[in-house]
Amino acid sequence: MTSAIALRSLTHRFAAAGSAALDAVSAEIPLGGISGLVGPDGAGKTTLMRLMAGLLKPTAGSLSVVGLDPLSQGAELRTVLGYMPQKFGLYEDLTVEENLDLYADLRGVVGAERKRSFSELLAFTDLAAFTDRPAGKLSGGMKQKLGLACVLLGRPRVLLLDEPSVGVDPISRRELWRMVTALAADGMAVVWSTSYLDEAERCAFILLMNAGRVAYAGPPADLTGRLAGRSVQLTGIETNRRALLGRALDAPQVMDGVIQGSRIRLVLRAAGDAPDLAALAAGPAAALVAVAPRLEDAFIDILGGGPGGHSGLAAVMPPVSLPEASRGAVIRAEALTKKFGDFAATDNVTFSVPQGEIFGLLGPNGAGKSTTFKMLCGLLVPTSGTASVLGIDLGRDAARARQELGYMAQKFSLYGNLSVLQNLTFFSGVYGLEGRRQAGKIDEMIHAFALGPYLGTTPTDLSLGYKQRLALACALMHDPAVLFLDEPTSGVDPVTRREFWGHINGVVQKGVTVMVTTHFMDEAEYCDRIGLVYRGQMIAVGPPDALKATAATAEVPDPTMEEAFIALVEGHPPVAGRAAA
Amino acid sequence: MFRRLITLIKKELQLNLRDPQSRVLLFLPVLLQLTLFPFAATLEVKNATLAILNHDLGGSGRELVQRLAAARAFPHLLMVTSQAELTRVVDEQRALVALEVPADFSRKIADGRTADVLAVIDGRRSNSAQIAFGYAQSVILGYADERATQAGRPPTSAVIVRNFYNPNLEYQWFILPVLVAVITTLGSLIVTALSVAREREQGTLDQLLVSPLTPALIMVGKAVPAIMVAFVQATVIALAAVFIYRVPFQGSVFALYLSMLFYAMSLAGFGLFISALCETQQQAFLGVFSFMVPAVMLSGFVAPIENMPLVFRAIAWVDPLSHFIVILKGVFLKGYGLADVWPNLWPLLLDTIFTMSIGYWMFRRRIA
Repeated sequence: MTSAIALRSLTHRFAAAGSAALDAVSAEIPLGGISGLVGPDGAGKTTLMRLMAGLLKPTAGSLSVVGLDPLSQGAELRTVLGYMPQKFGLYEDLTVEENLDLYADLRGVVGAERKRSFSELLAFTDLAAFTDRPAGKLSGGMKQKLGLACVLLGRPRVLLLDEPSVGVDPISRRELWRMVTALAADGMAVVWSTSYLDEAERCAFILLMNAGRVAYAGPPADLTGRLAGRSVQLTGIETNRRALLGRALDAPQVMDGVIQGSRIRLVLRAAGDAPDLAALAAGPAAALVAVAPRLEDAFIDILGGGPGGHSGLAAVMPPVSLPEASRGAVIRAEALTKKFGDFAATDNVTFSVPQGEIFGLLGPNGAGKSTTFKMLCGLLVPTSGTASVLGIDLGRDAARARQELGYMAQKFSLYGNLSVLQNLTFFSGVYGLEGRRQAGKIDEMIHAFALGPYLGTTPTDLSLGYKQRLALACALMHDPAVLFLDEPTSGVDPVTRREFWGHINGVVQKGVTVMVTTHFMDEAEYCDRIGLVYRGQMIAVGPPDALKATAATAEVPDPTMEEAFIALVEGHPPVAGRAAA
Repeated sequence: MFRRLITLIKKELQLNLRDPQSRVLLFLPVLLQLTLFPFAATLEVKNATLAILNHDLGGSGRELVQRLAAARAFPHLLMVTSQAELTRVVDEQRALVALEVPADFSRKIADGRTADVLAVIDGRRSNSAQIAFGYAQSVILGYADERATQAGRPPTSAVIVRNFYNPNLEYQWFILPVLVAVITTLGSLIVTALSVAREREQGTLDQLLVSPLTPALIMVGKAVPAIMVAFVQATVIALAAVFIYRVPFQGSVFALYLSMLFYAMSLAGFGLFISALCETQQQAFLGVFSFMVPAVMLSGFVAPIENMPLVFRAIAWVDPLSHFIVILKGVFLKGYGLADVWPNLWPLLLDTIFTMSIGYWMFRRRIA
């Protein structure tokens, strides 16, 4: 047996006339080690997983998993296959032990064999102390580990894991990796799907997918190897780094670039052909340092390069002028606390954000960043403490404060049944725009985001990138001074993410203050300052570089944001009286 | 503020009209109920079967059978020959009512004595069987009176029936005005209850809540389109009732629409209450039905309120549907004007104030 999974021009359409979720995919995923199924949301990862597990019938083409056809030889395949879907079927009201019992019964694991499996798996997943706890009361990471334990009961030879690290905090994510790596070392074939490219780099083999097609299949190192010498970091920047990034992206030699703390990371079109730093007005101390290429660089290369440095949005946004008094603290949280019952989702959080800053709330799902964020934009009423925007207390004069803020949520809250134009008209009308001013603003947004050809289309039929543009347009119609972004780019392909941050960089230079939540460690690097939220508390605040510096050790002199996060969380003393959530 | 409200209302109407699913949800019930109800939900007994076991060989027995056969209510007559067969046809529901004419029927009639006829009624279908029996009885009594008159004896005292407001007891005259109420109920509840839940699922509710719109304005922006939809639906049914089913409309149009406004408002308030309570459209749908079923049951549409126990009569008084049904029948059939509907209009007003208040309270509490 040479390949664990063979795909032969596999095509799947959910509606006969609709676009293909998988479009003639041919690939061989080798047996052994962790194989990554990598791509942004909507790339076709879950569809492919479900086809492999025999839960869907392909529209065309065929596939085999360890030599078996998932449909006609399904019964045989199920004895060797373990599949953990995104939301694994744990019974939330049953305890850890009862869930294991149930899956053991279903798998026919009984007697001494069951006893042995349980003690092994509980030790392996570190859940032995929690056997009496209902599954619903476990944290995201523990749920995933229990799900994995349930799947492993059948001693599968092939393990399919669909986005196991979504909603899991960095520490649990590290443990999950450790566990799966151990399984793979024992000879289990693991397919791990993910939209995180940093995770993909750790796989032995990746199937990189985009829009239902295979963009690359092979070891990740071979892909990043193509970019040797093209990834550089611009250090020693003394000028405005956002403006500099814009200029750098417009340089013909530069294919892609992002802000990384106080530095800028660039990917060149050709190795050795760097832009002239003097022409970019990068400052006297600026220097280019070669860095190791990342999978993301390669993905952008495959997708045809980044979007360039010009933001049409920034061109039409008027500069924000604020009264002197409120410039220092455009957003302010004072002893902000929110309790649900006796559980404090946000516990005495204080910080302020000055004008023109991008402030990021970083933390795993369930840490309380969303609760904090919602209180600051007026979606939740704090139990105690105050939240204010431009000096206006949201508890007192919410309507006036809201006129000044723009908001964009993760799932692009647009009216899916209204046309693009109707959405624009509605959201501008909500903010009191009318007549010629409204028409003018809508026109500006249509030009800034090139929405012209899609005015009659409904957002449901738009591509992810255009949805994101429309959502941003709707959030900015009323020229807000403050912009709230809730997980704005999770699951989005890197080019679309670049474009989004290009616009955000543009509006920030106009004086807009931005507050963003993210669980995406890389995205945190775009921020001027980050607040690390963990178990309801803000355990550290500071510029990304400063946070990373606190985690630097002799072994890891230049830690990633994720390593910094883990170090800070582990260094943080547990709060007395709080259950391990 | 007014412009923003218009923006909200326009959006709501666009949403409901552009989405094929909600178009179906709003207009299919109107169409279905309009075509099905007037024919399916009838209390009249039309196609009933009457079984007769005639032991009498004389002329009177035969004549009675012929008269029964000629009655419009019984197009099918089933002649049976034995007691056992008579029991069987009722048992198998082949006949709704069975009559047994005794052997001495003709003789007793001729002698001027009281003649008995035994009637067997299928109690499982008590309502229609009772009505059918009523028809049969009137035929028998009519025959008896006629014979008495011929014999020169005075007939038993006759009751002359005159049906006010619905002289021919057309069942459709009763059901169509009520349909106006039922449809209005469904329309205003669905638009309010489901649309907030849908916005919550889509995430657009958050988008509205971070805007300068106040919760009250968002609520009004949901209630007004619901009332508009209900008005359109009700108008369609009312027009169809008058022009297609020829139900007379004798009252004041103004009184009708004013009552409809308050009725729709009271329901919109309740719909918003449900919507604030529910996370998903599914829950909202269940909420709508768990309100609608008792509301219809207690409204007097299914069973007369007067026959209910005191507690239920009290609840029925609170039920806005019970008042609206009285108003509708009044304006259609009895020529009600504004003064006539007032006794039922002010309870609707109270309902409106109550439901709008709890709707707003729940909205503030759960959403904003």
